[in-house]
Amino acid sequence: MTALLTVEDLTVDLKVGDEMRTVLKQVSFSVGEGQTVGLVGESGSGKSMTVRAVSRLLPEGAAVTGSVRFGDRDVLDLRGDALRRYRASDVAMVFQDARAHTNPVRRIGDFLTEAMILNGKTGRRQAEATAVELLEAVGVHDAERRMRQYPHELSGGLLQRVMIAASVAARPRLILADEPTTALDVTTQAEVMAILKRMQQEYGMAMLFITHDLELAGSICDETVVLYAGEVVEQQRSAQLHRDPLHPYTAALVQARPDIHRRSERLLSVPGHPTTAYEAPAGCAFAPRCRFAQDRCRAEKPALEALDAAGLSRCLRADELRGALLAPVEAAADPVPATGLAAGPADEEATR
Amino acid sequence: MTAPLLQVQGLTKHYGTGRARAVAVDGVSFELEAGGSLGIVGESGSGKTTTARMVMGLERPTSGTILYRGEDRTAPPRSAREWKRRGREIQIVFQDPYTSLDRKQTVGDCLAEVVRLHFPGDRAQLRSRVEELADLVGLDERQLRALPRALSGGQRQRVAIARALAAQPQLLILDEAVSALDVSIQAQILNLLADIRAEQGIGFLFISHDLAVIRQICDDTIVMRYGEVVEQGPTERVLDSPEHPYTRLLRDSVPQDGWDPLAGPARF
Repeated sequence: MTALLTVEDLTVDLKVGDEMRTVLKQVSFSVGEGQTVGLVGESGSGKSMTVRAVSRLLPEGAAVTGSVRFGDRDVLDLRGDALRRYRASDVAMVFQDARAHTNPVRRIGDFLTEAMILNGKTGRRQAEATAVELLEAVGVHDAERRMRQYPHELSGGLLQRVMIAASVAARPRLILADEPTTALDVTTQAEVMAILKRMQQEYGMAMLFITHDLELAGSICDETVVLYAGEVVEQQRSAQLHRDPLHPYTAALVQARPDIHRRSERLLSVPGHPTTAYEAPAGCAFAPRCRFAQDRCRAEKPALEALDAAGLSRCLRADELRGALLAPVEAAADPVPATGLAAGPADEEATR
Repeated sequence: MTAPLLQVQGLTKHYGTGRARAVAVDGVSFELEAGGSLGIVGESGSGKTTTARMVMGLERPTSGTILYRGEDRTAPPRSAREWKRRGREIQIVFQDPYTSLDRKQTVGDCLAEVVRLHFPGDRAQLRSRVEELADLVGLDERQLRALPRALSGGQRQRVAIARALAAQPQLLILDEAVSALDVSIQAQILNLLADIRAEQGIGFLFISHDLAVIRQICDDTIVMRYGEVVEQGPTERVLDSPEHPYTRLLRDSVPQDGWDPLAGPARF
């Protein structure tokens, strides 16, 4: 598969007050033409920052090293018209909160046709006809009427479909979806995911899909990248993620999640709370919360390494623990609750 | 025979009148035994939160009755004194630990305020009760002195739970109390809630849209849609062999092994 998007050693530092704080550390992965790649992680893991870097939407004063290539272009070097073209027709974003990303005083029709008309290639009438077609394609009934309505007149699920219609309007080659269904009800989530997948297949688009939901990533992505504290800790085929996780963090996520099919005696909770890249300790960032951690894990920084053909894992013990990560814990003594104080609000916002 | 902890019969709530009338809750009935755990599951607009608010006394039902240990609690309290008395019966934990705590009050003061209100005593008693509560939910000395902004989401939710328990209620309403938390933290809080229920014998009315969480924490479950109860029974039965198509749809919409959104029921 030819790579459409290649991210290599992406490191991002954000300016918080007077200091620079690392939010991403040498993140590398690629998305092939037409492929769906999941980025999974908890708060502060850097998943949203990765997408912002790819779409060149990082906050001012961010220091970026490494490279992001789209086809043969260097995304981090794009300026002016080239950058505008990249954002207008190569990549499109679908955000979590559709309501916050639509203008409340403009009609749905204006929102959908604005870009087409500004491009100068389409007249208003033609743009409106296209918009109606797009709305119908994403399962919006009564599209003509919806065009004249305002965002507040639409439900969350409907508005998210409008967002998807807007993002596929330019037939981008890559969709960046940042938790597009997190705010939706489960039945609506299933519908919206079906629409996204169908649009993707029809137009042959690739997708970088961000979620905190391992099960969702497992069922809709080809490949999944797991992030922790701004680093890639695991990457492998999504379908295998649950059955054969390669990193203790992924295994911990699998086990912490309650099962819809059976009640567990006790959930295997992970002590402490997720950290951000800049507060991560020396050695393995996950070591303080890891039930397999040894002294060397706290001292030595593990590299992201291939585990035969299965995938990549950033764990010193990955080889010896292979297949044993999901073993039940004996005498499920609950881990001691987090004692330290969490990061201040500024940091949380910066990494959210 | 002693009356159940909570008995809700034909609970209905309308907003507006005439053509603008909206039915938020429509004839909901259920019972919760002392120390039991009842889940209310449903999507947005199903009326699950309105039901909880009526049980709390935050909304006045249009019709129906609410009995707490056999005593009528249908109408909201009329006086501060009655509010206080009811506060020792039923407490609530909200979804968002970021907006449900006073940002200028330390965690210790927040807990002390509630303890003092309900159980006046000398400073030593107050102090030991606050420490006891903190200990129960796993907060340490340092966190007691901190302001909410220094705490993570999970720690804040521990504070909200401790604050609710400070009044020593017999019934705790948890309205999407773990929905905003990261998975690893959610597990900590779910285990904590199970411990509290086992130790203190408090009944839970647990509102959630998440079926896996419901299975983990609730013995019985009611499924709501458009203000009505469409199905109710033991959680295992409801989730394993749902009788109502909507319950089945809810269950089958949850991403899990082998789930394919394109294979799902096309409803658009």
